[in-house]
Amino acid sequence: MESMNEKVLEKLTAKFGDAILESNEFRGELTMVVPKERIVDICTFLRTDEELHFDLLADLCGIDMYTPVKRFGVIYNIYSLTTKHRIRLKTFCEEENPTVPTVSGVWGTANWHERETFDMYGIHFEGHPDLRRMYMPDEFEYHPLRKDFPLMGIPGSLELPKK
Amino acid sequence: MEQQSEQNTRKSKILEALENEHTSVAFNDPLENEMVLNMGPQHPATHGVLRLLIKLDGETVLASVPELGYLHRGYEKLAENCSFHEFIPHTDRLDYLSPLSNNTAYVLAVEKLIGLEAQPRVQYIRTLISELARISSHLMFLGSLAMDVGALTVWMWSFREREKLYDIFEKIAGARFTTSYTRIGGVAQDITPETMKIVRTFIDELPGKIRECEKLLNTNAIFLGRVDGVGVILREKAIDLGLTGPGLRACGVEHDLRRANPYLVYSDLDFRIPVYDGGDSLARYYVRIDEMRESAKIVRQVLEKMPAGEIRAAKPKKVLPGKQQVYTKMEELIHDFMLVNFGIEPPVGEMYHAVEAPKGELGFYIYSKGEGQPWRMKIRSPSFVNLQSISTMIKGAMISDVVAIIASLDPVMGEADK
Repeated sequence: MESMNEKVLEKLTAKFGDAILESNEFRGELTMVVPKERIVDICTFLRTDEELHFDLLADLCGIDMYTPVKRFGVIYNIYSLTTKHRIRLKTFCEEENPTVPTVSGVWGTANWHERETFDMYGIHFEGHPDLRRMYMPDEFEYHPLRKDFPLMGIPGSLELPKK
Repeated sequence: MEQQSEQNTRKSKILEALENEHTSVAFNDPLENEMVLNMGPQHPATHGVLRLLIKLDGETVLASVPELGYLHRGYEKLAENCSFHEFIPHTDRLDYLSPLSNNTAYVLAVEKLIGLEAQPRVQYIRTLISELARISSHLMFLGSLAMDVGALTVWMWSFREREKLYDIFEKIAGARFTTSYTRIGGVAQDITPETMKIVRTFIDELPGKIRECEKLLNTNAIFLGRVDGVGVILREKAIDLGLTGPGLRACGVEHDLRRANPYLVYSDLDFRIPVYDGGDSLARYYVRIDEMRESAKIVRQVLEKMPAGEIRAAKPKKVLPGKQQVYTKMEELIHDFMLVNFGIEPPVGEMYHAVEAPKGELGFYIYSKGEGQPWRMKIRSPSFVNLQSISTMIKGAMISDVVAIIASLDPVMGEADK
């Protein structure tokens, strides 16, 4: 019997062809790298396909690879309540223009996750209904989870309340 | 035209009032206006520092915007600068009402990354503490929900039970709240037979105590009036918004990671997953009450089946040795030195591991470059995601029901804000 991972990969390759740039399996978890232009199509397919039915976006987060090209990544941990299976999608964007299309139209829960990712990494999600900072104050200028942001913070970057 | 500008000034006045306490807004006819109410972040019923901006028409909620971040401590940034062992105490501070459950979730994720399986006794101990943490968290829920709708006795009773649990936690881990009990590949210390006896007594008494609380609430007209049919969320909407845990099971979705993707020893245990399909505050209350009974059942089985054995996996390059060995043996001293200074050095790779925490799916995504610290660690905290559905739940409810709905969702800001 072929495993669920193989089945997902097979179906996606058949449907989207060369859009699956890379795939690997580690600890039984399938990770696929896809171009950001196709992310909404692929997510919509994964969610609506009768057999796969990945209806729960468990988590969405950013990552800073700190490389000259493809510096920022967005990671989608997707779960299916029907098949109880988990897969992961990854997409990358460049440092100069860190934009990725939003998937908040596919899963409503992506709304806050994308806001958090924007707050922490400065990745802009195109078409997001309400892209504000999640945790940091709105006037804060930096994105704290980027690797070039110092652990101890930047002195003076957060204004203290006046007496 | 004039009316338009008057409305605009009024609107800006309201916005100003939200920022500045000295501004007052006066209306000619208060019943004709929508009002924006700021609730929190310092409010006894928001379970910490949740802030809600609520738009009201009279007493009915038209819309709301939750604001988070008042307890943001940057744990994900810290994790990138901590070794895997050093991060264990920080997991206590995520969901501070069930630290033992977080400790377990975190070490399970790291163990999956390094490909390590803990000893059978450790697995049973971890199952035991996860379920005790679930009972403790749900008791807190029971007390605070009852108190938020005005029933103070239940709060006292559930806290009396929680106090016994915290005494047990102190015996198991040496601390009541900040337990930091688990270790990668094991637990800090073994559970003694005396402690197991105390757990046994507690578990035997618990169903009776829950019954006592239920007698006060289940047929209480005031309580039912405040929760029955209030804060409804539909099944499809709940899945779309990523709701997990008791909130999702109250919408008729039988999803529990303990059953769906079994970890620890849950596949060997006999328990039921309570599912209700009301989707309202009352259903969420029923689910948690039933879960406490099921957890008691699990703990009883774990106590019976608990095997004897080691509490540390035999992988000296990954697992911290016991202090006695460090002080008396050369090899262990070297391993201890290397583990503390350079970390466990896991393989290169990325993985996500989730457990069913009391509030929902608690997951850790770790991206490892083979160094002592994770390159990236994302904490998928259930309260953060669950809070997203609060706007849907309180829309159309009365202002006084907002506190009851927040209580029925049971968010903990420690993990929502990370």
